[in-house]
Amino acid sequence: MAGKTQFQWDDPFLLEDQLTEDERMIRDTARAYAQDRLQPRIIDAYREESTDPEIFREMGELGLLGVTVSDTYGGVGASYVAYGLVAREVERVDSGYRSMMSVQSSLVIYPIYAYGSEEQKQKYLPKLISGEWISCFGLTEPDAGSDPAGMKTRAIKTESGYRLVGSKMWISNAPLADVFVVWAKSETHGGAIRGFVLEKGMKGLSAPKIAGKLSLRASITGEIVMDNVEVGEEALLPNVEGLKGPFGCLNRARYGISWGALGAAEFCWHAARQYGLDRKQFNRPLAQTQLFQKKLADMQTEITLGLQGSLRVGRLMDEGRMAPEMISIVKRNNCGKALDIARMARDMHGGNGISEEYQVMRHMVNLETVNTYEGTHDVHALILGRAQTGLQAFF
Amino acid sequence: MHIVVCIKQVPDSAQIRVHPVTNTIMRQGVPTIINPYDLFALEEALKVRDHHGGEVTVLTMGPPMAEEALRKALTYGADRAILLTDRHFAGSDTLATSFALSQAISQIGNSFDTPDIVFTGKQTIDGDTAQVGPGIAKRLNLVQLTYVAKITSIDLSARAITVERRSEGGTHVLKSELPCLITMLEGTTVIRRGSLDDALRAARSEIVKWNAAEAGIEDITKCGLRGSPTVVKRVFAPTPREQKAVQIDTTEKRVHDIANELVASIFTHQPALQHELSSAGSA
Repeated sequence: MAGKTQFQWDDPFLLEDQLTEDERMIRDTARAYAQDRLQPRIIDAYREESTDPEIFREMGELGLLGVTVSDTYGGVGASYVAYGLVAREVERVDSGYRSMMSVQSSLVIYPIYAYGSEEQKQKYLPKLISGEWISCFGLTEPDAGSDPAGMKTRAIKTESGYRLVGSKMWISNAPLADVFVVWAKSETHGGAIRGFVLEKGMKGLSAPKIAGKLSLRASITGEIVMDNVEVGEEALLPNVEGLKGPFGCLNRARYGISWGALGAAEFCWHAARQYGLDRKQFNRPLAQTQLFQKKLADMQTEITLGLQGSLRVGRLMDEGRMAPEMISIVKRNNCGKALDIARMARDMHGGNGISEEYQVMRHMVNLETVNTYEGTHDVHALILGRAQTGLQAFF
Repeated sequence: MHIVVCIKQVPDSAQIRVHPVTNTIMRQGVPTIINPYDLFALEEALKVRDHHGGEVTVLTMGPPMAEEALRKALTYGADRAILLTDRHFAGSDTLATSFALSQAISQIGNSFDTPDIVFTGKQTIDGDTAQVGPGIAKRLNLVQLTYVAKITSIDLSARAITVERRSEGGTHVLKSELPCLITMLEGTTVIRRGSLDDALRAARSEIVKWNAAEAGIEDITKCGLRGSPTVVKRVFAPTPREQKAVQIDTTEKRVHDIANELVASIFTHQPALQHELSSAGSA
């Protein structure tokens, strides 16, 4: 006979019990940092649209930038589940801060670690993992978003290496970056997509800021302009060719986003619940009304199920049994649900919900980006549609 | 040198909320934390160790779940953690607690190395007595340095320590011999932040668990409820004062009249004060 246990409203399926001691301790360290150091900055940073580069150093010092990388290069060597838990804690404060971390760890450190030469690993990884260097990832272009194979950036073979020509758009961290991982079609490799590691200060390389974002305002975004940037042979990532290069990175980042988005959703859910308990109208707390409770139940349910999904995918990644479609399920579902939850929480806060002080609207607006970047909600549906019908419907 | 830091796991009082309908305290889901004052003691101990070498042992007495607080202490960089846990300890007041902890500290001396300094926080946020630190010092015959704001110097060869002690009206600079017991004030230092590597080390460390016998306690009647003469007779919320603040309308009257009326009204409530003042005036 099944025994009884006390129901925990904020952890209904006892996720806590499914984590290892290592993972719990890593999560607690990340949570303490996020709450003590990031939370006090975010309201001003978001309003002023300012990104504090010191955050990379702080995250690096704690080890948040190299969670899954082996300690040979300064990483922590922990599990993908631990990485997901870190993303959830950082995004509980702000999706922009989690974006800064995801880009550096999954989109730059990972490809150098997985596809780089030993020299590239030695040169870049320790300084990127410590946060001394800031980095960005250039795949998206003004005319190539959901269709990255349509990129126009070219790498032209020269005597000593390559000349890069083209531009990238919507690149997180770019204006602050010391290191740029960019993807280009290389004519000498039969037009295949290849990765290159560029460095700030190279002639012809610039990264202007994109101003006027109404979302992720605490995380700086820019373009990457490559006006005949000359690089040596050593700038090429030697061990990957084709779209599987950038997709290998994106898989890991998307997996982290699936956890992160739920961190933001949890903030909104807890805030709405507390607001409902504190706010009295018609002589009773809002939380004592059926409409309010129905919304809380929906939030609790979606977050609980979503977390279980991400946990399962993380465990499969740790066992080396990941398929990208699994990540499409959790990235798509969790971002979409998180966005719904944030919108609902904004609504449940009434007029106060539009104030920066209550923070739910900031999460809501951030999640519009999170739902869109790294494969839109619809594009992940196409990945899943293709996987179950065998018919691609992208074009 | 060997430093022992006594910590306590307490409910996070900042997260305790009152139920909006029943007005009772909502205990469910209130997380536990290391008593915040103890963190300053731990940080100071770690700084002393980093400067002079040696080891920091954290010690707590509590239920098995107090292991969590010890692991947290290990993430800050403590070298060893000991959990004193036994159903005989349940219901301990400050007398019984200081007895059990002092016995355990003696046992730590036998098992590892004799402590040069024992640290505690100035008090806990749940009991607020500030008695356990001094109680341990008395039982172990250690010099007692309470409400310490700063450790100025430690001279290991001379076995001497100089500290600043905050007291009413100023600061004492005290020079004392080692070993000693220090209760640290809050806000005296910046508490370090453990990295993920520290978190992993803490997660993988073994927590030493001692029951009463293993801590070298023979007289069990001095422990727990039996060893605790303190009795809580009643817990109550203080009743609000009957007198309410009064708002005085100043638009219509002269200030002089308002003052006179005010003094008269005070004397109505406090006739003794009127008598005292008038006799002082005639003297």
